[in-house]
Amino acid sequence: MVDTFLLSRIQFAANISFHILFPTITIALCWFLLFFRIKYNRTGDEVWMRCYRFWVKIFALSFALGVVSGITMSFQFGTNWPGYMETVGNIAGPLLGYEVLTAFFLEATFLGIMLFGINRVSPRVHTIATVLVAIGTSLSAFWILALNSWMQTPTGYEMRDGVAYPLSWWAVIFNPSMPYRVAHMLLASGITAAFLIAGISAYRLLRGDHKPAPQLALKVGLLAAAVLLPMQVLVGDLHGLNTLKHQPAKIAAMEAVWETTAGAPFTVFALPNEIDRINRYALEIPGAASFILTHDWRGEVKGLNEFAGEHPPVAPVFFSFRLMLGMGMLMWLVAWTFGWMMWKKKSLPVWALRVLVLMTFSGWIATLSGWYVTEIGRQPYLVYGVLKTSEAVTSLARENVGFSLAVYLTLYVALLTAYISTLFVMARKSVLVDRPEDLPSLQERHNPLTQNTQE
Amino acid sequence: MLTGDAYWLPVIFIGLMGLAFLLYAILDGYDLGVGILLPNNSEPQRDLMIASIGPFWDANETWLVLGVGLLLIAFPRAHGLILYHLYLPVTLMLAGLILRGVAFDFRAKVPPHNKQLWDRVFKGGSLLATLAQGYMLGLFVVGFESTFASYAFAILSAICVTAGYSFIGAAWLVMKADGELQLRAARWARICLWLTALGIVAVSVVNPLTSANVFAKWFGSLAALGLLVIPVVCFFAVLIVDRYLAQFPFDNDFGCWIPFVGAVVIFILSFLALGYSFYPYVVPGQMDIWQAASASKSLWFILVGALIVLPAIIIYTIFSYRVFWGKTKELTYY
Repeated sequence: MVDTFLLSRIQFAANISFHILFPTITIALCWFLLFFRIKYNRTGDEVWMRCYRFWVKIFALSFALGVVSGITMSFQFGTNWPGYMETVGNIAGPLLGYEVLTAFFLEATFLGIMLFGINRVSPRVHTIATVLVAIGTSLSAFWILALNSWMQTPTGYEMRDGVAYPLSWWAVIFNPSMPYRVAHMLLASGITAAFLIAGISAYRLLRGDHKPAPQLALKVGLLAAAVLLPMQVLVGDLHGLNTLKHQPAKIAAMEAVWETTAGAPFTVFALPNEIDRINRYALEIPGAASFILTHDWRGEVKGLNEFAGEHPPVAPVFFSFRLMLGMGMLMWLVAWTFGWMMWKKKSLPVWALRVLVLMTFSGWIATLSGWYVTEIGRQPYLVYGVLKTSEAVTSLARENVGFSLAVYLTLYVALLTAYISTLFVMARKSVLVDRPEDLPSLQERHNPLTQNTQE
Repeated sequence: MLTGDAYWLPVIFIGLMGLAFLLYAILDGYDLGVGILLPNNSEPQRDLMIASIGPFWDANETWLVLGVGLLLIAFPRAHGLILYHLYLPVTLMLAGLILRGVAFDFRAKVPPHNKQLWDRVFKGGSLLATLAQGYMLGLFVVGFESTFASYAFAILSAICVTAGYSFIGAAWLVMKADGELQLRAARWARICLWLTALGIVAVSVVNPLTSANVFAKWFGSLAALGLLVIPVVCFFAVLIVDRYLAQFPFDNDFGCWIPFVGAVVIFILSFLALGYSFYPYVVPGQMDIWQAASASKSLWFILVGALIVLPAIIIYTIFSYRVFWGKTKELTYY
């Protein structure tokens, strides 16, 4: 029987999954915009402004979707998970409050100036508006990730009569997993935006856009991806070590290790079976999991059987982790190979452009699966070791939750379709406007100041 | 009796929360109102109307997040209780806000033959969100009673709030638009003003008659006579705006700001009257602010931040309105 609990969980997962798609783009895209804007300020080369103008429209659309889906989130806690705020509201409330106060207003207000104010304010003020929006989006990520990390690795509080009270705000905010999660998510956003930029620019080139802007944006996107991916692998590794220390059950589920083992193998593929508590059809690399997690081939990895009844469902965590990892590796390979080809030959062949178009949203897949690992991996807890998810759910009738879930799902499918198709419509439109003859003269584009950036 | 910060922190926070909801009603009120008024028969006018709210709607909506956020932060028990009762209208409101928020961007970016569709979505979303908000306000006022009379009152409230938002939206357009659209907005504003005034009178009569508490607060003592200032000022605001709109237009666009300022005054007074009727209850008749409040340490932490950040927010919000001061021109997207 599908009950209120399950429906509320599906609804929360749907809301947060839909929401996170857009901040994942906008957090980093705004820094790319700032880069374009500063380049234009420094060089005066019109092509940077063209990059800015095209991408700021996509930013605006993504931002709008992020804002409206985010409003849903602020109601969600009260409507479906009243036990959450009743138990840890003293901690979660102020962190959410700081997000609204320091980030939401900043980004929303200056976005107006960024989008519509370019002819009304000086270039300096317009650049500052871009800076403030970029800071706002990153600050908002900081606060919400601080809260999420606290839910994973809570510190700096005490429980009195079943309610959490803050002891040290410093310890609450800078809890053990926070620095890793923030770094991991900011990099994920950078990579997602980089592949989006590369993918849409490749699409423009394939549609016969011969202006310099898409070529340049493609370069910027590939270069950023090539730099950020190895950093992400490093940060991801550190994040894994941190999780092993604080949430060993999650790691055991990620690796589908049932018995505590020294020299645990890395399971490339398997069908974890939670009833018999074994892996079927396992393809393993001996000792590799121990090596990755403890940096020692003979290191000990705690098995799921040590956490009987207290560990997350294994299969979804196991597969999400592999999807994230596989996607990350593929993106790394693509970024380096195509980056190298671009460096050698100045342009990419048609097949490579097609691959990039296919990978336009690959960052979304990696980011979502990463979040599934960490969020499903926290189960059965809502706040690790403090509050179980099942204890926080509303007593609403399931018909109500079923109705709202149906409304949200319908909206999300429609909006996601509209969003993706609109991005490509905008790309096609841009092929037709801003023809090369409107561009500044060749001489202007080849002045010494811009030489480096043109190459 | 509570003393010290356990007493006055919740008082400060109900004030801050009230301020956030009041600013939300005024600011998102006018842009939702503009959305509701979008005419079917003129695309240039729709473009101009949406252009007039373009730079602001996003920040305006953030006041709702702050208001609900403060309810969540400062009065978590009330947050859970209120949203439990308002589950379905909240869902519909959110659906409406989502639709209009994205329609704003999609309409400008999709192929031209789809633009009208997104304009309809914009209008429908604005109307849905507004009706839901009014309905929720009505249910809140009657303390979430599950009777036929309560639902009837909530529906009345939905209609009043829709009239109120349309009025402030039309007043905004009288101020920001010129030419044909401005004349049209002035006609809309006058009709909506009367509907709004009718709604305010209806709520003011029904509310004290159905709640002994509210009755006692307004008519219980001689000192309450001083409260008469609220309906009297409200009456004159309605009168002035009505006379102005009846004789519109004036030379040199004289006083184009009068309807909007009048609308703001009416909104503030109605809000004060509602707030006074229910204070210190955060859920009327069920839970007062001290029963619902979070730990003092949490309230202190957020209060310090709010006192530093809120003035900055107000300053840069004013800056943003100054950047886009004056009559709205064709939306120059960048």
